[in-house]
Amino acid sequence: MRAVVTVIGKDKIGVIYRVSEILSQSKVNIEDISQTILQDVFTMVMLVDLSKSNCQFSELKDRLDALGKEIGMTIRIQNEDIFNAMHTI
Amino acid sequence: MALFKDIMETVRMIDKENLDIRTTTMGISLLDCIDHDPHKSQTRIYDKITHSAEHLVEEADKIASEIGIPIVNKRISVTPMALIAGATDLKNYAPFAETLDRAAAEVGVNYIGGFSALVPKGATKADNILIQSIPEALASTEHVCASVNIGSTKAGINMDCVKLMGHIVKQCAELTKDNESVGASKLVVFCNAVEDNPFMAGAFHGVGQPDKVLHVGVSGPGVVKVALEKNQHATMDELAEIIKKTAFKITRAGQFVGTTVAKRLNIPFGILDLSLAPTPAIGDSVARIIEEMGIQHCGGPGTTAALAMLNDAVKKGGIMASTSVGGLSGAFIPVSEDEGMISAARNGHITIEKLEAMTCVCSVGLDMIAIPGDTPDDTISAIIADEAAIGMVNNKTTACRLIPAIGKTVGDEVTYGGLFGSAPVMPVNLSDASVFVNRGGKIPAPIHSFKN
Repeated sequence: MRAVVTVIGKDKIGVIYRVSEILSQSKVNIEDISQTILQDVFTMVMLVDLSKSNCQFSELKDRLDALGKEIGMTIRIQNEDIFNAMHTI
Repeated sequence: MALFKDIMETVRMIDKENLDIRTTTMGISLLDCIDHDPHKSQTRIYDKITHSAEHLVEEADKIASEIGIPIVNKRISVTPMALIAGATDLKNYAPFAETLDRAAAEVGVNYIGGFSALVPKGATKADNILIQSIPEALASTEHVCASVNIGSTKAGINMDCVKLMGHIVKQCAELTKDNESVGASKLVVFCNAVEDNPFMAGAFHGVGQPDKVLHVGVSGPGVVKVALEKNQHATMDELAEIIKKTAFKITRAGQFVGTTVAKRLNIPFGILDLSLAPTPAIGDSVARIIEEMGIQHCGGPGTTAALAMLNDAVKKGGIMASTSVGGLSGAFIPVSEDEGMISAARNGHITIEKLEAMTCVCSVGLDMIAIPGDTPDDTISAIIADEAAIGMVNNKTTACRLIPAIGKTVGDEVTYGGLFGSAPVMPVNLSDASVFVNRGGKIPAPIHSFKN
């Protein structure tokens, strides 16, 4: 399964590092990444592959959520299919 | 990968605009639970429901977590109970409602619909027993919802039953008067009821349906309203186009959820009901969409036209997005469940008569409207007849979910909390309709029903 990780919040040092650290520990591969900073709001979207992941989706989600709370940002992970369903004909 | 802006749009819809999947409803046929012995029949019903829906809540929650979109309700609809209980010699079917209630509690769904009778052309003995059992059934259970279909475009309106239903609605309220007359909020009186409706309180599993099926109902008034806010100077046809595109996206989300849950439960996917279903939460209101179009207060002049456009555009966008559109599919205008409607009712901007006009152009009917507790039974029946006539003549589903607020009058409110919200008691035109209602008989089917 592929999923989309979104990170939104006030920009700070080391955000990509901290998110990537969790993904790497969970054996989740980052396939694509893009980010913008608009008026100090950091927005990052990552496309990740979970096929070799060593943990349950819910576990990964909880860890990303906990990181988000720790660094004061919103971090979500969602199945990629929902975006394709909603935005492609 | 979907585009960056598309991903962020979806995230915003969930975060800020209350995008959710309103319900996943499993339809379960109980036709194989029929038995002359009521205990045997009830055991089979309990076993079939608890077995069939064992993993419904778990799988729906899992998918909601994976896609990051909440699935608010998990529900069950069953075969109209009059068809099942009719094989027994019981004179009261409330024990069957209690069986449904226990099964619903066991599998963790919040409502189970199908304590129902379909009587547009006439009632069987079982239909009559079921209807008479409704007040006790709804007062003694927590999760069970009831419905009665009293008319259709093909059959006309069963006025004997319309008369009876005025009394039954009142009794439902009386028996639950210590709990905000909540019984009446769980009873829907339909014309042209559909057999694949996933929304409560009117859901039942029609006999034309498969043994088990998974339906889904989407929502999204908040998303539509925000889309309109960004286009303050658009013409009406431009607004229609915006609503269509938004409805497309919402519907696709629902279609994805429905097909995925069905696949994981290994049952067929049924229909997607693309209704705009409001909640009492701020930013999740159909009334506020109408006001966003430029009507100062929902219920004011222009409301019906605005709603007609909204309803049509939602359908057009949704039909493009899914080949399985069914159920009620339109905009819902329940008073107590819509923050903007509650406000309009409190301030006297909307009346029952205007709501009735609005039901001509949207789904579904006079919904979650509190009326004075001393409203005569015959007046309730006459309101039901009016609403049914709109459905019958316009070839559409209409319904009444009226709540006679026992012990309360205009100016008071009934408060349920949660998705059911609160309803200001609205004034009713008390012109006497008893002679009309007591004529009984049938209103014949309209001329345009003869299409064969």
